[in-house]
Amino acid sequence: MLTPSSLAFFENLDLSEVTKQIIAEYIWIGGSGCDLRSKARTLSCSMTSPKDLPKWNYDGSSTGQAQGDDSEVILYPQAIFRDPFRGGHNILVICDTYSPKGEPLPSNNRARAARIFETEEVAMEEPWFGLEQEYTLLQKDINWPLGWPVGGYPAPQGPYYCGVGANKAWGRDIVNAHYKACLYAGVKVSGINGEVMPGQWEFQVGPCVGLDAGDHLICARYILERMTEIANVVLSFEPKPIPTGEWNGAGCHTNYSTKSMRSAGGYEVIREAIEKLGLRHKEHIALYGEGNEKRLTGKHETASMDKFSWGVADRGASIRVGRETEADGKGYFEDRRPSANMDPYLVTSMIAETTLLWKPVGLKEKASA
Amino acid sequence: MLETAKSYAVLEEELQRLQRIGVALLGDVTDSIIAEYIWIGGSGTDMRSKARTLPGPVKSPEELPRWNYDGSSTGQAPGKDSEVILYPQAIFKDPFRRGDNILVICDCYTPQGQPIPTNKRAAAAKIFSQVEVSNEEPWYGLEQEYTLLQKEVKWPLGWPIGGYPGPQGPYYCGIGVDKAWGRDIVDAHYKACLYAGIQIGGINGEVMPGQWEFQVGPALGITAGDQLWAARYILERITEIAGVVLSLDPKPVEGDWNGAGCHTNFSTKSMRREGGFRVIKDAIEKLEKRHKAHIAAYGEGNERRLTGKHETASMNTFSWGVANRGASIRVGRDTEAEGKGYFEDRRPASNMDPYIVTSMIAETTILFQQNHPRCLSCQH
Repeated sequence: MLTPSSLAFFENLDLSEVTKQIIAEYIWIGGSGCDLRSKARTLSCSMTSPKDLPKWNYDGSSTGQAQGDDSEVILYPQAIFRDPFRGGHNILVICDTYSPKGEPLPSNNRARAARIFETEEVAMEEPWFGLEQEYTLLQKDINWPLGWPVGGYPAPQGPYYCGVGANKAWGRDIVNAHYKACLYAGVKVSGINGEVMPGQWEFQVGPCVGLDAGDHLICARYILERMTEIANVVLSFEPKPIPTGEWNGAGCHTNYSTKSMRSAGGYEVIREAIEKLGLRHKEHIALYGEGNEKRLTGKHETASMDKFSWGVADRGASIRVGRETEADGKGYFEDRRPSANMDPYLVTSMIAETTLLWKPVGLKEKASA
Repeated sequence: MLETAKSYAVLEEELQRLQRIGVALLGDVTDSIIAEYIWIGGSGTDMRSKARTLPGPVKSPEELPRWNYDGSSTGQAPGKDSEVILYPQAIFKDPFRRGDNILVICDCYTPQGQPIPTNKRAAAAKIFSQVEVSNEEPWYGLEQEYTLLQKEVKWPLGWPIGGYPGPQGPYYCGIGVDKAWGRDIVDAHYKACLYAGIQIGGINGEVMPGQWEFQVGPALGITAGDQLWAARYILERITEIAGVVLSLDPKPVEGDWNGAGCHTNFSTKSMRREGGFRVIKDAIEKLEKRHKAHIAAYGEGNERRLTGKHETASMNTFSWGVANRGASIRVGRDTEAEGKGYFEDRRPASNMDPYIVTSMIAETTILFQQNHPRCLSCQH
């Protein structure tokens, strides 16, 4: 029972009895491209649309995004979710970052993605994304995976994938708490599962249209790291957390389809799209996550980083097409190349750009926006 | 062994029973309320409080009786003439007792009615009640930084005993157990202050790990100080619950670690109107002329913090700039672009007295004439 002699009592206070004010937690991506930052402000009343929210600013010199003598970075609110930690009418706000003159910062990949998703050819095709976010939980202070013996290793991979039991599933409380918190927040989480490497888990976000995919994934990542903070466990999106030995890496497979792919005859559209991706393999791989070369070795259910391949039901390929899609003649495909620490705005917009806007050499090549 | 286990279980049960009573809303059974009278002790930063039962509900400080306390126990009076009188000045809802119970911010007087030397509110109230000042409707936004320390060792919360965390960089507004230490305290404090009716504008994690910030304001005149002290009181009650020590020291750890300040944002009616940027520049010029006097009153130990490094300006030189976090005074880009707004005095330390700082800024920028000093506390 919560009493005023515990902090949880105050954290869970329902302020709507005494005030109309709400707390808005503004969230943005920091200078590394992967670190999430946030701070909160009081608003005079409940807000449901990002357009109603005020812009804000923060000290960019403390996040590697500005110089000390000109340090203001502006936050533009872009998406609202319910705050599962504060409850009530309090909100989480996904923002992107701009200079005071209104230019997106170099680390702001959302702005460019927005332009791509707004182009007519792309918008017409209603691109759907399903992002499979894998991640590893690490013990605090020693950064060794959760549940692994300190100074040693668990038994080899095999029993852990979707496993149950104290010797097979480590961290389920975090995973389940995160699942419900995301659903509460309004994040489109479609499922969770335990991964092949023990201490590694996955959740999926989607299907989301266009820019929403990035917003929902960033919000889900934020909620996850707040959960691990509560649980006293470190969250890692490192693509190859245990580089030596027979241990899987962590990816963020990106499932994709367009209206044409989902309609009759879509399978041919899918094959054309995959061909285009094959022609731009180098460009994509370069932007699919830092350190991905340690993960994409051709072993442990990955394709080798340098070679592009695709196949039906082939988990060793760069791109996998499901058996159902092949049988139905329409559906979607899975780009298995992105790593766990990828920027979802970058990856989703690149896939849309390459498959819908880019014309290979020979035809008029559209320069990207 | 059995005897010990049994008495522990009895104690647990007793505790739970007391807690249930603590949660109970007295309003169901009585018209009496509990008022917690709060004042500042002899060091100028230690807060003290005690409670009394009064007929309720109480809506304004004028309805409350004056009270008194033993000043010889707080370094504020000699033993043989120890009574110090408490004058109630501001009321807030009590987030700990809830219902109609209240927190009361007081200031301290001798039995003859003189403010005692540590009472900085009285002089501030005089400044804010002057016509030139009240006409200008001075608004304040106070950014209170503070450090959380582990109870037994006085080392920042989350820091390894006998060592240091990784260098500053990931902690500012950071999330995750390796980057944010003490968030439950910060979030509990945020809601408790909103409940109390304090205008708390926001919170954020600071550059040094274990350090946090909350903002109070915009608050008019003397209420800025009242609200900040109430927020500090609630914070220390929250850390008490958490078993963690609150520090307002301006430089809690030497070395490549940020200090803690209480940046004071300020504007007047003239600054908020068309052409306000000119008024702001004039005000900053006046502050430059009285830099020494201000700095002396901006918090004990500030010289350890204002080094010119770690986002501070050096203590001895006065500077100002737009969006410049290394200057004494910073003007936001918004204000520059719109030609009106407010500015931020980055000099005050986290342990500053907000009554002193807010009233001094008003005095210098609104009352101070270089050739005709009417100010009450100038030292040039």
